[in-house]
Amino acid sequence: MKFNVSKVREDFPILSTQVRDQPLVYLDSAATSQKPQFVLDVMNEAYQQYHANVHRGAYWLSQVSTEKYEGVREKVAKFIGVKNTKEIIFTRGTTESINIVCSSWGQENIQEGDDIVITRMEHHSNFVPWQQLAKEKKANLKIIEINQDYKLDLESVQKAFSGNPKVFAFTMMSNVLGTLNPVMELTKMAKDKGAMVLIDAAQSVSQMPISIDELGPVDFIAFSAHKMCGPTGVGVLWGKEALLNQMKPYQFGGDMISRVQDHQTSWNELPWKFEAGTPNFVGVIGMGAAIDYLQSIGMDQIHQYEQKLIDYTVNEMLNVSGLKLIGPKSPHNRGTAFSFTLEGIHPHDLATFLDVKGISIRAGHHCAMPLMDKLQIVATTRASLLFYNTKEEVDLLIQSLNEAKKYFLGGQK
Amino acid sequence: MNFAVLDSLYKEVILEHQKDPRNFGHLDNPDFQKEGFNPLCGDRVTIDLKLDETKEKVSQCRFHGEGCSICMASASMMAEEIEGLQVVDIKKLIQDFRDLMQGKKSPEELEGDIVALSGVKNFPVRIKCALLSWVTLKDALEHSDGTTRTE
Repeated sequence: MKFNVSKVREDFPILSTQVRDQPLVYLDSAATSQKPQFVLDVMNEAYQQYHANVHRGAYWLSQVSTEKYEGVREKVAKFIGVKNTKEIIFTRGTTESINIVCSSWGQENIQEGDDIVITRMEHHSNFVPWQQLAKEKKANLKIIEINQDYKLDLESVQKAFSGNPKVFAFTMMSNVLGTLNPVMELTKMAKDKGAMVLIDAAQSVSQMPISIDELGPVDFIAFSAHKMCGPTGVGVLWGKEALLNQMKPYQFGGDMISRVQDHQTSWNELPWKFEAGTPNFVGVIGMGAAIDYLQSIGMDQIHQYEQKLIDYTVNEMLNVSGLKLIGPKSPHNRGTAFSFTLEGIHPHDLATFLDVKGISIRAGHHCAMPLMDKLQIVATTRASLLFYNTKEEVDLLIQSLNEAKKYFLGGQK
Repeated sequence: MNFAVLDSLYKEVILEHQKDPRNFGHLDNPDFQKEGFNPLCGDRVTIDLKLDETKEKVSQCRFHGEGCSICMASASMMAEEIEGLQVVDIKKLIQDFRDLMQGKKSPEELEGDIVALSGVKNFPVRIKCALLSWVTLKDALEHSDGTTRTE
């Protein structure tokens, strides 16, 4: 079926609403994506028709709820190209997924003097946990720097791996720069040095098909449902079974146990060992619906359409005088996040101006302060698109940027 | 489009202060120096104060920093406004300005350029921008330690 953006937009109720008496133009999907009616309906149905706690009841309702919940593991496994559902752990989101690896794997495996390698373009969620682990263990935090094209600097990459790297944790796509990293090559380099590799796929998961086969021999992948048209509060940690088996539980409580005695407890098997307490099962079911929805359109179709949007947006943005794109200027190997500065106008003022026109856009440090410090920028404005955005919306953004220049800078430009 | 709502925020005098900030810079040997930071957007201001010989009156105020037009205009207006005022009156003015931002006081109850900032209350996410220099000033006068944060 051919991708039809007007049809797709009809699936998202919020996209036909108004803000400040203007049609909503939602350009902040890198922060969180909007939800199609289908996902909302599936979650509503879960609450209205088979809501009961999972893994507990011997009654029909709980059995249905458990089946639906566990069924999502298979959907997720297929979505990222793995077979073993024991390796799919449901979490609160990318942040918790990374924290599990840091706390559990990191505590056991990182020692004084080891190198923990991350990159300059990490979101705080893949920066702070490793920074704190390094501090605690007296390990070295090595940060791969970016070059003038806002891509990882090759020299810096080689330098980072020259020592004793134990972990390499990096993002597939920068939420600020839009840069797509060469996952396969980087993973190979890290694995050659014996490092464990974790991929933060939070930004990329909604934008392209992910297949473990194409990523290389990675050990962990983390992502969130809410950036792929699913609900908030749910995410995934995928890890290799052998590694997950070696790891200690991250939290203790119900569901993650096999037998509890007065003075000792044995753990449940994978994946439940890492799912303490009543899980957000309706959220997980919603994530399953989001995967169904994305696959009903087709990840390849989504990717192709978004690539056209990227080509168009880069081209249009580079034509705006005074606009500096903080990210790769080439439309290839970049995602749909476009950070920029507009000479003479502070991002906050610009965001307010655009808001009045119905355009929802992010201004600030985008949870990547170490990157902003390095770039010596206090804040940027960021437009981030998803497959439900249109060229017309990009046109409106560009037109509004030019209007903002007139409004704030008058005849100066 | 509806520029009226935008104009209620970006009054002429605000844009004018932003383009030509008053009392911008640093003081040599200030009696108080305080840095304020808004972690949400990265805006940063430093307030330098000098008291007169009675130690009860601000003789000079300078500000320095980087931020949006609301933040910079507010700091500029404040720095200009408080020079020559008694500390006790400044503290009252800080409270009055806070009340203006929160809609507890009407613009008619205040005087000077700062009244132009009353439109900010219609844009709740921007209130912190307008308040940054004022909460920093308050901390400076109360000798608080560390960097002032708006959240």
